Amino acid sequence: MNVNKNSYTIGFASIMVIIVAALLAYASILLTPYQDRNIELEKKQNILQSVGIEVERDNSELPYSKYIKEEIVLNDNGNILDGSAFDIDLGDELKKDIKNQKLPLYISMLEDSSKYFIIPLRGKGLWGPIWGYIALKEDINTVFGAVFAHEKETPGLGAEINQTFFQEPFKDQRIFNEDNEFVSITVKKGGAPEGSIHAVDAISGGTITSDGVTDMIKERVSRYLPYLEKNKPVVNDTLVSVNLISKVDE
Amino acid sequence: MSREALFSKKNKLLLTDPLDDNNPITVQVLGICSALAITVQLEAAVVMALSVLFVLSVANVIVSLMRNLIPSRIRIIVQLVVIATLVILVDEVLKAFVYDVSKELTVFVGLIITNCIIMGRLVAFASANPPWESFLDGLGNSFGYGWILVAVAFIRELLGSGTLFGYPVLENLGIYEHGYENNGMMILPPMALVTVGIIIWIQRMRNNKLIESN
Repeated sequence: MNVNKNSYTIGFASIMVIIVAALLAYASILLTPYQDRNIELEKKQNILQSVGIEVERDNSELPYSKYIKEEIVLNDNGNILDGSAFDIDLGDELKKDIKNQKLPLYISMLEDSSKYFIIPLRGKGLWGPIWGYIALKEDINTVFGAVFAHEKETPGLGAEINQTFFQEPFKDQRIFNEDNEFVSITVKKGGAPEGSIHAVDAISGGTITSDGVTDMIKERVSRYLPYLEKNKPVVNDTLVSVNLISKVDE
Repeated sequence: MSREALFSKKNKLLLTDPLDDNNPITVQVLGICSALAITVQLEAAVVMALSVLFVLSVANVIVSLMRNLIPSRIRIIVQLVVIATLVILVDEVLKAFVYDVSKELTVFVGLIITNCIIMGRLVAFASANPPWESFLDGLGNSFGYGWILVAVAFIRELLGSGTLFGYPVLENLGIYEHGYENNGMMILPPMALVTVGIIIWIQRMRNNKLIESN
């Protein structure tokens, strides 16, 4: 058999492509349900992590239904729409214009009846998407916890954003400054200044991923400002006015 | 032609030669990119080595079985398709059943496809040799690749982060109390090159076959 004839070459290539395509398509159909299940359980695990509840991925179902009380969907004016936050794919939403985006928000109530607002995050890392969840305390200013994940950041460098040592410093950071302006939280290359409440340390060698986290928090949380303003506890407002008065006195 | 034993002297050489005399990384200088990129942590290096082991030995066998059927003008494309298919299958299976390992792999999956060692072995060996020999060649080269990866990762993780497989070895040994500090430079890619260089140096010092005559 002459394997160098053009007809043979074309025939070989066609058959190979068909076999490979069929094989991969079949494998994908067969495995997708398992993969989706893993992703769903991990999402629940991540959401729980942001309010400080550590569970195994396979056991995240029960605690999730226990502690996550509301899964609401907002528009960019902060009004509540129909639907469940859990069904929203942020990756798809981010492709839309902000006016048409649906903003998912989770509200958690823990055993001590403390209430947390969990904002899902999604942005760009170096190689692919990064995402996470940031939980705000009832004062809608202080961070209670943050968790980050990534698809394919560089192992040992950018990929470290999913590690505790990176996520831990986000606790007790504030997203508003003293003048009640939204300043977000910056991941600072070279290290955040001592005692900083709006910045945390970046990862050495993972600058682009670290910057991605900064941009992601700023962009995502700012979309929720209309809703957050509406839900700010009154106590905070008085504090602000006290601040203003003392400034006038000076 | 008499059938030779499965582990004849020649076949054993296929397994052992790539470990030292003909190591894909330190002697042939192939697969350097992944050796630099993913040797910050031992765990990642081990996962990468195992993935390459699987892809290389299976791809070698498949290409070897088809070696008389592949049209020579599109042989590289055919070999690439075989590698890419295997890598995608591995990735899909990992994602479904060992999700944590698949998260560990992240960007390496793509790196396996472009790993010059795999292409190199398919072209240089599997397309001209029977399946069993090709399988052994695949295993041998993966081990040769793997041990360098693990050695570099061991040095970089220990000196750079003070851990091994994420376990804080140096902290538990109490070395920090004497004023020792982790060398952050070991985490950066250039130090992987230096580490590989030192391994090559040591290897050439003690292996007479590799000493070049002037």
